[in-house]
Amino acid sequence: MKTITKFLDSFGAILLAIIWIAPLLFAFWAATHSTSDAVNLNPFSPWTFDNFRVAWDGAPWLKYFVNTFLLVTVILIGQFILTTLAGFAFAQLQFPGKNFVFILVLMQLFILPEVLIVENYAMISRLGLFDTTLGVGMPYMASAFGIFLMRQSFKGVPIELHEAARIEGCGLLGILWRVYVPLAKPTYLAYALVSVSTHWNNFLWPLIVTNSPETRPLTVGLSIFGAPENGVDISIISAATLMSVAPLLVAFLIFQRQFVQAFLRAGIK
Amino acid sequence: MSRHAILERRRQAIYGWLFLSPAAILLTIFAFYPSIATLWSSAFSRGTRRKPSEFVANENYMDLFADPIFWQVVKNNLFYAGITIPVSIFIALAMALWANSKISARSFVRTAYFTPTVLPMIAAANLWLFFYTPGLGVLDQIGSVFGLPSVNWLGQPETALWAVIIVTIWKEAGFFMIFYLAALQTISEDLKEAADIEGTSRWTYTRRIVLPLLMPTTLFIAVNAMINSVKLIDHLFILTKGGPSDASKLILYYIWEMAFAFFDAPHAAAMTMLTIGVLGLVAAVQFFFLDKRTHYQ
Repeated sequence: MKTITKFLDSFGAILLAIIWIAPLLFAFWAATHSTSDAVNLNPFSPWTFDNFRVAWDGAPWLKYFVNTFLLVTVILIGQFILTTLAGFAFAQLQFPGKNFVFILVLMQLFILPEVLIVENYAMISRLGLFDTTLGVGMPYMASAFGIFLMRQSFKGVPIELHEAARIEGCGLLGILWRVYVPLAKPTYLAYALVSVSTHWNNFLWPLIVTNSPETRPLTVGLSIFGAPENGVDISIISAATLMSVAPLLVAFLIFQRQFVQAFLRAGIK
Repeated sequence: MSRHAILERRRQAIYGWLFLSPAAILLTIFAFYPSIATLWSSAFSRGTRRKPSEFVANENYMDLFADPIFWQVVKNNLFYAGITIPVSIFIALAMALWANSKISARSFVRTAYFTPTVLPMIAAANLWLFFYTPGLGVLDQIGSVFGLPSVNWLGQPETALWAVIIVTIWKEAGFFMIFYLAALQTISEDLKEAADIEGTSRWTYTRRIVLPLLMPTTLFIAVNAMINSVKLIDHLFILTKGGPSDASKLILYYIWEMAFAFFDAPHAAAMTMLTIGVLGLVAAVQFFFLDKRTHYQ
């Protein structure tokens, strides 16, 4: 009886797993076969890497990759600086108005940036940042979520370390940099993984504020490349899709544990 | 109070505001001001060259309430939420229970479940396009083996929203799984042993012990799934563009369309305000409901 349930468990789990990665497997299949072989699902049809070549030539992918890379870097640097400073102020400094501002910050957790696209677009245009990497990244830099995460992390630092650094003659910024930041390394790592994968995959906002291949990130480039009016077939779309997800996917497969831990830490707060 | 203490307090206040100001400025520019500006512009008519924009109070809202497409979109989104939330929670729970049990190929199973989480919604939509394409798609190929007719999954109103829903569930279930997985690992082994000694069946153990202990996690996931049912719309751009005849259009997509395809910012603003209202309600639910979960711990 026990072995039967165990077998059924394994069977169900593996079946669901196969269903779950089937779209990726089919995309891989389609990308490595000619279109007619791909849709016939004939397992003996010849392999080809032509689709990748055609897809790669069909759009400035390298530029898109660089743009996405720059975008996530700019956002991450901005977030690190802003959330570190604000998180430290909320965690360790006493000043009038602190609690009121903290409630305002928490409110932002529920006003999704996605919902405010219309006014944020107007703001970005007013600031002259339309179609720039900074314009895509700026609304995400003062992440309420990041501030909250940093505050929690800094609150856990023993006050004795703070006092010791002060007695040694360290200024406030020095204490932040030499005591708090090093101790919060795991939080930074978790936050970085979540931030990078969020913004690597973000689409709607970049679609709105970019207008040229010079700034367009991968997701927007991919959506334009695959648009039906371009008439590219399923094998080539699959190849392009796999190409654009490859870096993050490979990183995930290598650092799987860290990714899962990061999402967990970030989600539970 | 000594002079030193006053000085220290003043120093902290200055540094506090100094450290806070960059974040405060950006939050003001990209969250608080836009919220108020949205409210403001939702009360004005759309200006044209002949007729400048003027104050119309709640007219934009009334227009929306009289707009059948708006109600269609609301209905779609409620349906979208009503299916994706429970189904992805259920699948996430099943995944977590499996991924936590002693089965073979456990690490492969976990990886497979979680992988869609790291893919962009746009890529996910492209992958699923291969399933849905009429005639050539995988679903039709499988159907034709059983002699079923070709179905245009994305092209007909009855199935388009379902096709969109399935991609969303596929994308988010693995993400929710990790929260259940973490919660399962905190359940003490003693409970399982005690249940075994009492001769409890596995089903009873799961239903009476595991599920109640997972309740806080379920609530947390439910709130996230609710937010996702507003937020996750990227795949519409690839799969259906809200069609056919608005059958798969969701609120955020409609806001985008109104503002950036029809250039009707006032009505988009009115709809944004309504959405913020609903999100605020979700926030209140989380605040009064979810944060009272301490009795479980």
